[in-house]
Amino acid sequence: MTALTLKNVNKSFGNVHVLKDITLEVEEGEFVVFVGPSGCGKSTLLRVIAGLEDASSGDINIGGQQVNLVPPSKRGIAMVFQSYALYPHLSVRGNMTLALKQEKQPKSVIEERVANASRMLNLEPYLDRYPSELSGGQRQRVAIGRAIVREPKLFLFDEPLSNLDAALRMNTRIEIANLHRALDASMIYVTHDQTEAMTLADKIVVLRDGRVEQIGSPMELYNNPANQFVAGFLGSPSMNFLPEALLQESGQNTIGIRPEDLFLSDDGPLAARVSHVEKLGGDTNVIAKVQDHDVTARLFGQHAIAEGQELRFGYASEKAYRFDEAGQRLT
Amino acid sequence: MNKARHNPLNMIAMHGALILYTLIALFPIFVILINSFKSRRAIFREPLALPNADSFSMIGYETVMKQGDFFLYFQNSMIVTVASLFFVLLFGAMAAYALSEYQFKGNLVMGLYLALGIMIPIRIGTVAILEMMVATGLVNTLWALILVYTAQGLPLAVFILSEFMRQVSDDLKNAGRIDGLSEYTIFFRLVLPLVRPAMATVAVFNMIPIWNDLWFPLILAPAEETKTLTLGSQVFIGQFVTDWNAVLSALSMAILPVLILYVIFSRQLIRGITSGAVK
Repeated sequence: MTALTLKNVNKSFGNVHVLKDITLEVEEGEFVVFVGPSGCGKSTLLRVIAGLEDASSGDINIGGQQVNLVPPSKRGIAMVFQSYALYPHLSVRGNMTLALKQEKQPKSVIEERVANASRMLNLEPYLDRYPSELSGGQRQRVAIGRAIVREPKLFLFDEPLSNLDAALRMNTRIEIANLHRALDASMIYVTHDQTEAMTLADKIVVLRDGRVEQIGSPMELYNNPANQFVAGFLGSPSMNFLPEALLQESGQNTIGIRPEDLFLSDDGPLAARVSHVEKLGGDTNVIAKVQDHDVTARLFGQHAIAEGQELRFGYASEKAYRFDEAGQRLT
Repeated sequence: MNKARHNPLNMIAMHGALILYTLIALFPIFVILINSFKSRRAIFREPLALPNADSFSMIGYETVMKQGDFFLYFQNSMIVTVASLFFVLLFGAMAAYALSEYQFKGNLVMGLYLALGIMIPIRIGTVAILEMMVATGLVNTLWALILVYTAQGLPLAVFILSEFMRQVSDDLKNAGRIDGLSEYTIFFRLVLPLVRPAMATVAVFNMIPIWNDLWFPLILAPAEETKTLTLGSQVFIGQFVTDWNAVLSALSMAILPVLILYVIFSRQLIRGITSGAVK
């Protein structure tokens, strides 16, 4: 059974067409990440699925039931917000039980679910504290716990990690992945961070300007991007795009080469002047100018390269991507 | 930390200025209080002297207690002030929430219309209000005063509160919606507690003019059983003779309840500010 089906969903605010003909499916137990630059409509799409915004047209099905006119609380969803959105006047326990009390669940069920969720998230010592007495990471876990206790058909995460610092972000990312394995629940996760998308997703949906650019598993999208936008968005550092003319090939198309596919080669076709070097220990990122184009090369290991140095890069022709002038993939 | 704050000279100057201002502000109240405990002759002979064994007299308070039903006036003032504040805050907050939370046609125009009352003094409409009260049979009831004061307080309340309500996080309200809270529960349980400092501000702004008002009680409810404290005290002020003992005693007693209300609201104010800072 599919957990969520969207069919030709459109959303406009006045004259602004925010979501354009979105059609996609989320399978039971799948972890789907919506990713795209800010303003691409990914959060709006999530809010339409949650029922916080009405779709202007199109069908939304959750668990096989059409929910276009169902209020958010009856859709069988739970949402984790970017700002946590904990109720400031309720304790951690109160935050987690409020929705269940609204559903008139029996007390024994409520207690059991809270006990399970707090064990899973290591929140047991904090159950009687108030949100203002918790750290950012703890608040985030409470927000996730509030979603878990509802045992929803579908979890919705709206950029849940963007308020955490880098170290905590990585830990919480792993926690969310573990959680997905433990609960085996369908999850939709919105982010603008392509690392989060690549590491968490079973399936990535890349959005741009309210349109779905491509849907697929992380490696599918990485190895086989449909167009220049997807190719440039996934992967870090992002793909280099150079006109064919620069590479001594005829034609008007653009060639895309991933930074890790460039290598130092004395007779390579790319003559470059190094403008910046990032030494990461395991890798060395070289940012160089080829005529007036910036090129990033990711070299494995440590290299003694200095700014201003002249280098030549080579690449394997079969690892290059070709895009036409409209950005569509050719080969 | 700011260096200037630790400079002892600056500290003295700052506290000196504040203490001076406090003295200036409290002086009239102090004069009222000491003179309310003095005999009439002592008030005029030495207005600034403290009451001593010779000049001490409770005559003012005795007159106030004998003349008219002072506790009834007191009660009337209290009922009118508290009820008006309650309605101003309730309806003001509700209107402000509707304006800031929901998008509907004419939202902006409605907001401007509700704020218009800030610029137009309600007393301009006294004659029309009186006619309306006569027509509805509300003259000489406390309801006449409560309704007028509610109308008088609403524009500023809506204006201030809607500004604050816009700052309440959308995520929080949406979390409530997903958890199945009704719009009313979201309003009363999530939004109102978060704008409590603003509510306290509105309450303090409205309370003192209502408590001290003479105009509307005089016009709309001058009957003995609906007199407010301010109106009741006027019997001691005559065109030719004024019973200063009684006036000063009545004023002294009138200060107390506002003081208590003010302390309640200002504690809310401070609590609101600090809880925001800790977050």
